[in-house]
Amino acid sequence: MNRKITDKLATGMFGLCAAIIAAILVGLFSYIIINGVSQLSFQFITTKSSAIAAGGGIRDQLFNSFYILFITMLITIPLGVGGGVFMAEYAPNNKVTDFIRTCIEVLSSLPSIVIGMFGLLMFVNLTGWGYTIIGGALALTVFNLPVMVRVTEDAIRSVPKDLKEASLALGVSRWHTVKTVLIPSAIPSIITGAILASGRVFGEAAALLFTAGLTTPRLNFTEWNPFSETSPLNIFRPAETLAVHIWNVNTQGMIPDAEAIANGGSAVLVISVLVFNLAARWLGTMIYKKLTAN
Amino acid sequence: MSIATEAVMKQEVYQVNGMNLWYGQHHALKNINLSIYENEVTAIIGPSGCGKSTFIKTLNLMIQMTPNVKLAGELNYNGSNILKDKVDIVDLRKNIGMVFQKGNPFPQSIFDNVAYGPRVHGTKNKKKLQEIVEKSLKDVALWDEVKDRLHTSALSLSGGQQQRLCIARALATNPDILLMDEPTSALDPISTRKIEELILELKDKYTIVIVTHNMQQAARVSDQTAFFYMGELVECDNTNKMFSNPKDQRTLDYISGKFG
Repeated sequence: MNRKITDKLATGMFGLCAAIIAAILVGLFSYIIINGVSQLSFQFITTKSSAIAAGGGIRDQLFNSFYILFITMLITIPLGVGGGVFMAEYAPNNKVTDFIRTCIEVLSSLPSIVIGMFGLLMFVNLTGWGYTIIGGALALTVFNLPVMVRVTEDAIRSVPKDLKEASLALGVSRWHTVKTVLIPSAIPSIITGAILASGRVFGEAAALLFTAGLTTPRLNFTEWNPFSETSPLNIFRPAETLAVHIWNVNTQGMIPDAEAIANGGSAVLVISVLVFNLAARWLGTMIYKKLTAN
Repeated sequence: MSIATEAVMKQEVYQVNGMNLWYGQHHALKNINLSIYENEVTAIIGPSGCGKSTFIKTLNLMIQMTPNVKLAGELNYNGSNILKDKVDIVDLRKNIGMVFQKGNPFPQSIFDNVAYGPRVHGTKNKKKLQEIVEKSLKDVALWDEVKDRLHTSALSLSGGQQQRLCIARALATNPDILLMDEPTSALDPISTRKIEELILELKDKYTIVIVTHNMQQAARVSDQTAFFYMGELVECDNTNKMFSNPKDQRTLDYISGKFG
């Protein structure tokens, strides 16, 4: 075959792959949005869900999703970034480090239902907490942490070696070099990693079924004392997230409008993830610009 | 002036005595003996892989960042053997600035790049920092080109400007010595000339060691030249003498372009 044709063919193949990916995404997206859009209303996202009657909303579930996401990231990001910096900069090049790296990879590929069962044993039964937000957040941390460590390690490693050398040659200590040169340069990748992890957390259902539970107590959104029983901020209360709720109404819901609720919930979920991604990306760019004077 | 009196006047900054270096099993520097004098430019020349970059990296112990490096012998800096005596590596490198092959400014503003060293070493006063930055940038003749955009990214500068910025950054910690590892190998001829002029100006205040691939450059800027070949220091002498009348056949072959 003529090499010009081969070249064109290869270009076409890659273009086709990209087009298929884009088509799947757009198709899925429009399907979910079109199905759910009729359900979307201010009332839908601000009304409490109902167990029996039609016309319930998703207020508590939506709040729970964001709150669990927030708590999870609060634990995951510092631990993950710290671990990643250690793996990239401090860990010696030996068998132990390799073993740890393998463990991290295995951990991140565990099925989330298994993590859920582990969470049930660890954070629900062993601790005696019952179904709680913190239990759910810790279970999610278990399978998000490896991703965060991995992403941070790669990001730190991909900072050009010259920059590190330049800093060390100025008589700057290792920790200061990490703090002022390596981490700022790695921030965009770290933020991308955090976004990916957040997306998983936000849409996760299986790991939360047995840890954060399928119910939400009566919440009083004017009570902001985190130790109060009815406070939405209480981390020791059960919390059904949006993804869990969708699964729940679809499989065992007794409400007549289960399908509409599920469709509307899915649309909200997808839109939230999208908005969240865009916002985090924008934030990342802003931080990077501020740090680098670009 | 006779050679004898000149030798007495010259102050030794580095005195290398029988220094050896191994990368794992590979013997990369073999029994190096060399003196580097204050306020002089010492050029290190030699073909690729001869150990010249390795040598310059031992002078501020940057070589210890490489895994599996073993050093032996004496490397005396201002009278103390920095291979044996316990030296504070942070203090040592504060006194020994280094400039690399490719300009490697931090992805920060021009000002922050130059102020980086002094800030880390404890200068917090804003006015003092501004003075240091201005002085360092003037020293490398970059001030006029960047004074109106000190707070824009250093990455917006041209390659030659970036390299001068890196020299300014190294000067900002007020070192005694400036190590330059092929500082012009990635630059165009005009930028190269600027750096060379700069080297000649800076040697009044600093002791400079420069590794170069370019023999003309060594001849133009240096007072003393050391020729490395296969990990050995073949010859080290006054630059004029070495280029006009080398003692060793290998030196003659190298500087006359028979191999490289």
